Amino acid sequence: MDFNDTAAEATFREEARAWLSDNVPSEQELAGMDYVTSAKFWQKRKFDGGWACIRWPKEYGGRGASAIEQVILHQEEARFDTPMNIFTIGQGMAAPTLMTYASDEAKARLLPPMASGEQIWCQLFSEPSSGSDLASLRTRSERGGDDWVINGQKIWTSGAHYSDYGILVTRSDPTVAKHKGLTYFFLDMKSPGVEVRPIKQISGDSNFNEVYFSDVRIPGAQRLGEVGQGWQVALTTLMNERATIGAGYANVNFDVACKLARRIRIDGKPAIEDPAVRAKLANWYVQESGLKFTGYRTLTALSRGEIPGPEHSIGKAVGAAKTQDMASFCVDLLEMAGAISDPELAEMDGLIQMTYMSAPGHRIAGGTDEIMMNILAERVLGLPQEPRMDKGIPFNEVPTGT
Amino acid sequence: MNFEFSDDQKLLREQASRYLADNCPPAAVRTILEGDAAYDAKLWTGVGEMGWTAACIPEEFGGLGLSYVELCVIAEELGRVAAPIPFSSSVYLATEALLMAGSKDQKESWLPKLASGEAIGAFALAETAGRPSVDYLKTCASDNSAETALTGSKIAVADGDVADFAVVVAASDASAPGDGANWYLVELDQPGVARKPIETFDPTRSHAQIEFKGAAAQRLGNAGEGWRLTERLLDRAAVLFAWEQVGGADAALEMAKEYALGRYAFGRAIASYQAIKHKLANAYIKNTLARSNCYYGAWALNADSEELPLAAATARVAAIQACNFAAKENIQTHGGMGFTWEFDCQFYYRRAKLLSVNIGSEAFWQDRLMHAVERRDAA
Ligand SMILES: Cc1cc2nc3c(=O)[nH]c(=O)nc-3n(C[C@H](O)[C@H](O)[C@H](O)COP(=O)(O)OP(=O)(O)OC[C@H]3O[C@@H](n4cnc5c(N)ncnc54)[C@H](O)[C@@H]3O)c2cc1C
Repeated sequence: MDFNDTAAEATFREEARAWLSDNVPSEQELAGMDYVTSAKFWQKRKFDGGWACIRWPKEYGGRGASAIEQVILHQEEARFDTPMNIFTIGQGMAAPTLMTYASDEAKARLLPPMASGEQIWCQLFSEPSSGSDLASLRTRSERGGDDWVINGQKIWTSGAHYSDYGILVTRSDPTVAKHKGLTYFFLDMKSPGVEVRPIKQISGDSNFNEVYFSDVRIPGAQRLGEVGQGWQVALTTLMNERATIGAGYANVNFDVACKLARRIRIDGKPAIEDPAVRAKLANWYVQESGLKFTGYRTLTALSRGEIPGPEHSIGKAVGAAKTQDMASFCVDLLEMAGAISDPELAEMDGLIQMTYMSAPGHRIAGGTDEIMMNILAERVLGLPQEPRMDKGIPFNEVPTGT
Repeated sequence: MNFEFSDDQKLLREQASRYLADNCPPAAVRTILEGDAAYDAKLWTGVGEMGWTAACIPEEFGGLGLSYVELCVIAEELGRVAAPIPFSSSVYLATEALLMAGSKDQKESWLPKLASGEAIGAFALAETAGRPSVDYLKTCASDNSAETALTGSKIAVADGDVADFAVVVAASDASAPGDGANWYLVELDQPGVARKPIETFDPTRSHAQIEFKGAAAQRLGNAGEGWRLTERLLDRAAVLFAWEQVGGADAALEMAKEYALGRYAFGRAIASYQAIKHKLANAYIKNTLARSNCYYGAWALNADSEELPLAAATARVAAIQACNFAAKENIQTHGGMGFTWEFDCQFYYRRAKLLSVNIGSEAFWQDRLMHAVERRDAA
């Protein structure tokens, strides 16, 4: 057991840190850009410098780096204030799926502009009547000559409004059991018949959308996996999704809460001296640290060529609820002033209130907390599945709600 | 970075697990629970023969000179079977105290016997209910010299009834410089010492109350450093206790899982109900996070890192929470059977809580964790 960087890792860390400190864009450079433009600006610079998607093979824009190097780069980048990352669905989820299932031609054409941030990807999976039960989706795909013709509706599609491509799961055969009749595609979001309508979230933002498909034609060559194998392909995407999201979404974290607890006073003393506050903070430290070191154990497994299993889901199962609890606790620490969300007036520029309002979404997106618990119980502990009313029944005969 | 046990350490784990399966089955734990013996003497001898008591003692004192990571591996396996032996007192506390502060003479007279298991050591800190602190120490020596006489009393001393000696934390002379405490090494089989076994909620680990009436005592370590030493010792022991707790937590989860798979209600295995599934998934999460924190603790202990106070408190808090949760929900998962004397669920329920208070409670360690964070951030 050795917790320190090896000599090679230390060299890599130095190199990453030096490059980042010379290249992270300054506020002036980003002045006047919206978040999409500034995200693209930073991604392109990383790509040009050889620091984008470093684990990918060189031919696709990466440098064939190791998982550990990837983590080191993340750690180093986290020390800087960089533009928001809007590429994770593409780079973290679509890319591994393409690498497994796409033709060499498609990979060579699509992966480099994904790495450089010039093309953004979205995930067209969820539908109004199928979220947790994704395999119950209804968007239809039917053959039309060499093409496929798509009709239906997707919902909650993050970033669809600025995306160039999408990964899409459809129902190609409603007469077989639900997992067996699915087919997976990627498509150009500018295809005729695709309509994107933003949805307003409780946070007031509109990051996700409804996407309607009316006789959208997708070339047969854009099918990933066999006809009817869409579920297996989707699982590749989903496993990577949990790893990506689990990798730590944090706004209000232990350090932020601690900083606040030092500044806020209770009965004339810093809140951090209050035993109840200390106990809560300590518990969050323990969770954050446990997640971090669980990640390191996964990495150790990766670096030994082992494949990490569904225990990934721990990060997603714990992280979002923890962030929500911490944001809620920080609002309470502020007492009456906790209500203020105006960034001009609020403590920490409103970060706490913003996190409080966005946290519910993180407990739902990418598989709800409850679904994560089912996954851990069934795939890690080997406990039985719930009884299923739809098992073995042709999809078009499965009972549905209203 | 390499965050895993080495192949040798994994081999040791397998050996330990096999040895304990043969020599410490649930029936052996039950014998101590139900009988008069303070601990399983046969297992204690065996564990000594296996070299586990000698693990981290240097070879010059009859030990094996292994790393602390090896001791963590052993601790986990002992925790898994709720071994009824004075291992934590003798190895994590008394042996460590001697290694930290013993003179050459003191080491020579005790370490070889501790290594073989021939001698048992204990650590005596608590004097009253409430959070341990230097202020509550009343036990003190008659003068400030290295060989002196000790007066006072200690409560809830784990293995105090069977130990050959105790490391006693005592108040130092009020006029003497230092942190307010001294450590003393006191042989327990002497006229100045009266001890009596006390009843606890975990009879598989014996405890005693000890009265010192002018007992002959040797100072261990420098005068006026007793509290600093105590804190350091607790940090070191916390990592090892945490590994025992993680072993126990995994065993309790495993037990609950097996039972839930076999028990049917309303025509299906209770393991298929979400209330049970999510409960066990929660235990799995707590155990995994605790284990990960324990790896960090093991590293910090072994490397004698500056980060040890923070790493130890983190591992300890996580392990206390995981072990208690798994132990109580194991009973819940068993329903009425779990509450019977006949079932073994009680072993972990008793042991989890005992280990939680033996070297300071969850709240005590949460507070230490925050102090460590504050020191780190101030630096
Ligand atoms: C911010 C945000 C961004 C998103 N981005 C995308 C995206 O880019 N692309 C995309 O395809 N989707 C996206 N989603 C959709 C997301 O994946 C779904 O919302 C999610 O899977 C839940 O589905 P649902 O909303 O239909 O809820 P439902 O599945 O209807 O769930 C409702 C409640 O029932 C519970 N429940 C359901 N089934 C079970 C069960 N078996 N056991 C126990 N409890 C159960 C759920 O946990 C939940 O609490 C996004 C969602 C959010 C909030």
